[in-house]
Amino acid sequence: MEQRSINPLLVLAIPVWRQRMVVFSLLCLFAILVLRAAYLQGIQDEFLQQQGEARYERQIEVPAMRGRVLDRNGHILADSSPVASIWADPAKVRQWSHEDLSRLARMLGMSTDELGRRLEKGGRRFTYLRRHLPPDEARPLMSWPQEGVGVVEEYLRFYPQGEAFAQLVGLVDVDGQGIEGLEASLNSSLAGESGKRLVVQDRRGRVVQDSVWVERPRDGRDVVLSLDARIQHIAFRALEQAVARHQARAGGAVVIDVRTGEILALANWPSYNPNRRTGLDLSEVRNRVVTDLYEPGSVMKPLLVALALERGVVKPETPIDIQGGILRVGNHSIRDVHATERALTVSQVIQKSSNVGVAKIALGLDPKDLWRHYRAFGFGTRPDLPLPGVAAGRMLPPDSLKPIEVATMAYGHGISTSLLQLAHAYQAIANDGVMLPLTLMRRDAPPPIDEMRRILSPKTARQVKAMMELVTQPGGTATRAAVNGYRTAGKTGTAHKLENGRYVEKYLASFVGYAPASQPRLVVAVMIDEPKAKSYYGGAVAAPVFAEIVGQVLPSLGVAPDMPGPTVAAAQRPRG
Amino acid sequence: MKKAYWLAMIAHAMRRWDFPLIVCVLLLFAAGQVVLMSASPERVETLWGHQALALTALLTAALVPFRWWLRLALPLYLLGVLLLLAVLLFGETTKGATRWLDLGVVRIQPSELMKLAAPMMLSWYFALRRHSLAWWDHVVALMLLAIPAILILKEPDLGTTILVVAAGGFVLFFAGFSWRFIVPLVLVLAVGIGALLVQGDRWCTPGVEWPMLHEYQKQRVCTLLDPHRDPLGKGFHTIQATIAIGSGGAWGKGWREGTQSQLSFVPERHTDFIFAVLAEEFGFFGVALLLSVYTALLLRGAWLAIRSPSWPGMLLGGAVVGTTFVYVFVNVAMVSGMLPVVGVPLPFISYGGTALVTLATGLGLLLSAAVRSAPRGGFSGQRRGI
Repeated sequence: MEQRSINPLLVLAIPVWRQRMVVFSLLCLFAILVLRAAYLQGIQDEFLQQQGEARYERQIEVPAMRGRVLDRNGHILADSSPVASIWADPAKVRQWSHEDLSRLARMLGMSTDELGRRLEKGGRRFTYLRRHLPPDEARPLMSWPQEGVGVVEEYLRFYPQGEAFAQLVGLVDVDGQGIEGLEASLNSSLAGESGKRLVVQDRRGRVVQDSVWVERPRDGRDVVLSLDARIQHIAFRALEQAVARHQARAGGAVVIDVRTGEILALANWPSYNPNRRTGLDLSEVRNRVVTDLYEPGSVMKPLLVALALERGVVKPETPIDIQGGILRVGNHSIRDVHATERALTVSQVIQKSSNVGVAKIALGLDPKDLWRHYRAFGFGTRPDLPLPGVAAGRMLPPDSLKPIEVATMAYGHGISTSLLQLAHAYQAIANDGVMLPLTLMRRDAPPPIDEMRRILSPKTARQVKAMMELVTQPGGTATRAAVNGYRTAGKTGTAHKLENGRYVEKYLASFVGYAPASQPRLVVAVMIDEPKAKSYYGGAVAAPVFAEIVGQVLPSLGVAPDMPGPTVAAAQRPRG
Repeated sequence: MKKAYWLAMIAHAMRRWDFPLIVCVLLLFAAGQVVLMSASPERVETLWGHQALALTALLTAALVPFRWWLRLALPLYLLGVLLLLAVLLFGETTKGATRWLDLGVVRIQPSELMKLAAPMMLSWYFALRRHSLAWWDHVVALMLLAIPAILILKEPDLGTTILVVAAGGFVLFFAGFSWRFIVPLVLVLAVGIGALLVQGDRWCTPGVEWPMLHEYQKQRVCTLLDPHRDPLGKGFHTIQATIAIGSGGAWGKGWREGTQSQLSFVPERHTDFIFAVLAEEFGFFGVALLLSVYTALLLRGAWLAIRSPSWPGMLLGGAVVGTTFVYVFVNVAMVSGMLPVVGVPLPFISYGGTALVTLATGLGLLLSAAVRSAPRGGFSGQRRGI
């Protein structure tokens, strides 16, 4: 039905129902709004509430404080300090005014151009502008008025002892996870467990309301090492100087406490500064003492002689015909370097390091027995140390040893070991035949009885020790391993290096010994890789490093000198 | 003229102050204050100033006899068009839109003036032609409306364009705009929107240019079709507002307890998106209450407009009421994710002085038109039938 206007002024008939229709339509539209609200607030409300919470509630990870690494006397080897890193959302920061940008740049201590470059370089929505600032410097940025920058609180790892401990202690990555050395292998204990905190954040990600802990962080545990920072530094410096003096490629040194099996020093060269890690060279990161395998050479001879003595095949004074220094075994000939006499006693064979002598002794032994003997000293078995890449070394299979192989094994070829394994073997000899398990952790109690292993009878051990003492005395191969005030003992090694299966004119000089000889306290093993200047013999290259370390460390440990004579007074002053 | 005469005139005019309508407006003002105290407390004092000014404008506009308003229609319209042209030529550009004109002393937004001037102009035109209204008068009126609409669209300001077109459209419709025009227009719109819904995905791929519309307007339409297309950018407003509304539930989270609003997830929460704050903190209950007040205002306003003794008064009053509710609908629909984001405030609630004064003046015009002016020699004409 249509009403018509009764206004006489109007010519045109205006349908009045149009207004009503409009009112009705608007009411219908309102009904739609009510339905929409009812849908959102009555049906979708729970879902949308969750969506809302997902936007303002955040579980923030709170990092745990990483445990410290300490030496045996509590010196800090690795420590963590709180720092702040500043991140930016480049997409948002680019929209800032020039003024704000330059203000931010000033606060970050960089030029506006530099800031621009960093924003270019980073990700589309996230990039770090500065990392590891002192927390005080980052504080003004926590309440920055514009959206687009923020502060993350982290911990920065610091290594106060620097390069001396670099390979052993290792490194953490930028996120604080261990990636090298003990930091990697002890990561789970050092790292602790990060906590979680429920916070309410506004749209800019600012924490508006600091609320409850979901989980408190569990700080990492401190690790107390058996290592002694002083000894480590002495070993590291001595090694560094030797490598420089002999223009060598690399070097390693390890110091073990004979009575406890604790590793007191474990040094490698080349090294790096763990606090500044740009351009890290893989060769500097390697913990050569435990990871690098080589043919040890003559250092093995005392072990062989020990077996012959143990089996009663020879006595120290048994003469061995060394045939002018040449022995033919099958198609091969074995030569001596130092000795040219016709006959040497077993003691002299060690003192002069006669290859022919030990080869002849070895050929008189049961090959399988020899193999088991070496094995008992730990060769071919991975040392149980919490370090990445600890090498086990290799030995030939025992069932098919040929005479030439037995003969070469006697002077340390056809077998590969790490310097640490050699040092460990010498620990057993020095400790009168009882091998103690090695450890990098400080022993507050003596090692458990059931982990000690007797490898040699005390008598044999003492006989071998007496021979090794001759080595550092006049007439021996390592007179330069002698130390004022202390009797020293040990054995040199000069191994040809194998490259692609052939022996090349490159050498690895080593010396493994202990001191004081009368009552051994320290085993010190030294290797110098590819010495080039002048001499390459273990006695000339590695033995002085041994002497340097022992001569400084023993007095500092308060070990009483055991060498009588006028030199005692001089020896009590630390050298260097 | 004597002072006493003037006083009598004013006293008579004060009878135009329609109590129920003003109560509705005051209720909305109160709601606006409550919500703003939660959304942006530091602005409440300024809001009081705006509201006082708006109320004054409403009451004053109601006192002015409607004939006078009609006389102002043409000058205001011409001034508005001139200013719009000036905006296009010399206007200030912010965020890609040129809407403001700096006159040295004040900055003005001429499109705001057009929200009233356009329907006034059309009403005046129909009043002028009422004795010999022909079909082409509607065409002329359509042109009169198209001029400011196109100028505003060019700024670009889609929200204001919609409101101006709505205001003028209501006048045209009430003035008997032929169904022969209306039906095709509605069909074109329906087909357009329908096609958009079906083909939206393809048309919304980047690089596709839409005729007539700006890139950002295309983005807004596309975002509406799928807010998750760009959740951090254009769709952000819609998603956040929808979450705020929905998480209010039936009874709301309580005043100043709305997490989404208080943590500034809701964008523009004191202006265009203030409805989301209200809905989050007062829930469906609050929404229903608010819409009830609006409905009361609509019904009372419509009643007043229909009762208007003069034909142009009816046209203009109807247009003002209708436009106000287009505001409400567009705003609430956009905030709750049913319409694209266009800059339309929630009438009498959203913070913003200009829009508030314009809306209040509009209602003042309605009141002015609703009751006959002071008699000059008795009432002339007759009350129109309802």
